[in-house]
Amino acid sequence: MTKESYAQMFRNLENNNEGAFIPFVVAGDPDYETSLEIVKRLVDCGVDALEIGFPFSDPVADGASVQEADIRAFDSGMTIERCFDFLEEVRRYTSIPIGLLLYYNIIYKHGIDSFYEKLSNLDINAVLIADLPPEEAKDVIDISRKHDIEEIFIVSQSTSNERIGMITEIVGGFIYVASVMGTTGVRKEVENNTKELIKRIKKHTDIPICVGFGISKEKHVKEVMDAGSNGAIVGSAIINIIKENLNDKNRLYDEITKYTTSMKNATRR
Amino acid sequence: MKYDGKFGKYGGVYVPELLIPAIEELEEAFYKFKDNEDFIREFEEYLREFAGRPTGLYYAENLSKKLGCKIYLKREDMLHTGAHKINNTIGQGLLAKYMGKTRLIAETGAGQHGIATAVIGAKLGLDVKVFMGSKDVERQKLNVFRMELSGAQVEPVDIGSKTLKDSINEAFRYWISNLDTTHYLIGTTMGPHPYPSMVKFFQSVIGREARKQIIEREGRLPDTVIACVGGGSNAMGIFSGFVDDESVELIGVEAGGEGIEGLNHGATITKGSDGILHGSLSIILQNDEGQIRNTSSVSAGLDYPGVGPEHAYLHSIKRAKYVPITNEEALDAFKLLCQTEGIIPALESSHAIAYAVKYAKKEENKNKTIIVNLSGRGDKDMFIVAKELGVEL
Repeated sequence: MTKESYAQMFRNLENNNEGAFIPFVVAGDPDYETSLEIVKRLVDCGVDALEIGFPFSDPVADGASVQEADIRAFDSGMTIERCFDFLEEVRRYTSIPIGLLLYYNIIYKHGIDSFYEKLSNLDINAVLIADLPPEEAKDVIDISRKHDIEEIFIVSQSTSNERIGMITEIVGGFIYVASVMGTTGVRKEVENNTKELIKRIKKHTDIPICVGFGISKEKHVKEVMDAGSNGAIVGSAIINIIKENLNDKNRLYDEITKYTTSMKNATRR
Repeated sequence: MKYDGKFGKYGGVYVPELLIPAIEELEEAFYKFKDNEDFIREFEEYLREFAGRPTGLYYAENLSKKLGCKIYLKREDMLHTGAHKINNTIGQGLLAKYMGKTRLIAETGAGQHGIATAVIGAKLGLDVKVFMGSKDVERQKLNVFRMELSGAQVEPVDIGSKTLKDSINEAFRYWISNLDTTHYLIGTTMGPHPYPSMVKFFQSVIGREARKQIIEREGRLPDTVIACVGGGSNAMGIFSGFVDDESVELIGVEAGGEGIEGLNHGATITKGSDGILHGSLSIILQNDEGQIRNTSSVSAGLDYPGVGPEHAYLHSIKRAKYVPITNEEALDAFKLLCQTEGIIPALESSHAIAYAVKYAKKEENKNKTIIVNLSGRGDKDMFIVAKELGVEL
């Protein structure tokens, strides 16, 4: 299917007075087929975009939930080559924006240019490289622009205004706001600082922002939307549903549908 | 960031955005205090009074006669806690204190860096948390106990490989969540800038002393300097004293494990390729898709799939040479040094000894003057060596 851009997505959502709900899953967690079915169910629930992770052996920016998902994917025989097949099948199923979340070594080892060329052929929208700060991103930015792939960057509470300025110059798609100072994972509350951070970024730029890290409840979605966020990203909470229902696929799909539907509803104002 | 932390194309700052403010703060503090007289005076005082510097440059007469070379051992094994690691933990511990941090965290494989961090934490009144793979906790119970005696909290890491590589991941994660209070005291010349430069700075005392000592003894520079390389801090420490002396051959010795034909080794430069791991671009052991390999060595300190970026650079410009030594060769060298000199080397350092033996046996190297960095003592390895030799303790 032809891809919809993030810009179109945010425009449509704004017209409908909605925020984006973006789930994150690791490609191949717990195995290729189940993972693909999970993504299709997410799409069926009306999620606005997808964040897909490529499993990595050493995910330093992630908490235990995501690392365990990576390990499940590896144990079921998932490879980077299969991740490309996976993306192809997902893109065949939906036109919503697809962003990748991965670690730099996977791209570096593959060859930066050929990696982005592949993504471009697969109609992928964007990439977020967890361990590539703007300082080291020059080569990647040049190549990703050449292949018409947007590069997403993270901003956190500790990011200075100066750095926010630097990031807004190179970021594409949306700014990923890390709501906690920590790794990915489920948290009880959204930190108050996050709301201030959203306002601080909004002063600098009109680029849409989505909040991730620690978002797991409808309440969290509402809170970040009220603070001005254009969307919410949820990973670990969904991955935990996968982990808890490994022995019962039907129950797994049902739980994901139930959870995702309620979370998407929370983005409607 | 003031500097890009590059050695040729290697090095850099490949970390999550959330860590950048901490890296910036650390960089600023390091470059400020490294030229600060009070800081340096205090650092040197601790090296002298607490760690026991300077260490000797010992002429290994019996070994030399046996091999037909002049072999000198730089006795880092004589330092407090038994290895060169303490040079760096004193430096970074003091820096953390100057920065107003209240807690040190560290990764450890066998436990040597953990212990060196635990004691400086006790001495300076800083909390210490040490991340250690649960497999290593099991294998190195004695060292866990030693860390705990100095008040450190040992945090077993029960995910992934359950060894050093994952303890580093876990330390980074903890650091990201506790930036205000915590300094991550990395134990070797790897990691994001400024760590490779900073750890080298604190370890460069080895090379400075060795250079002065060999000139006093021999009236000339050595022909060759040999050191073992895991992450590469002891090697970078001693190499730094000679790197500008073109005539001095520098050789780093990696863990050949069960042999470099298979996958059970830690010979990163010998068998690896360029990649990004734990914050820098360097040479790493990885598969075709960029996933990091698990490594294997009888010596826990060399059992790591990466290497400091400056070593990758020295290799790329051919200023230093890197060679593998197998477990078996290292154990033979371990026994040899015990028997000829009455010195029990760490298994890591035994790799350097083993290569010195190989090197000295070559006709073209006859009568050469060689310094081997004896980076640590072997007391910690008694159980492993006994097991390898089939002795029950």
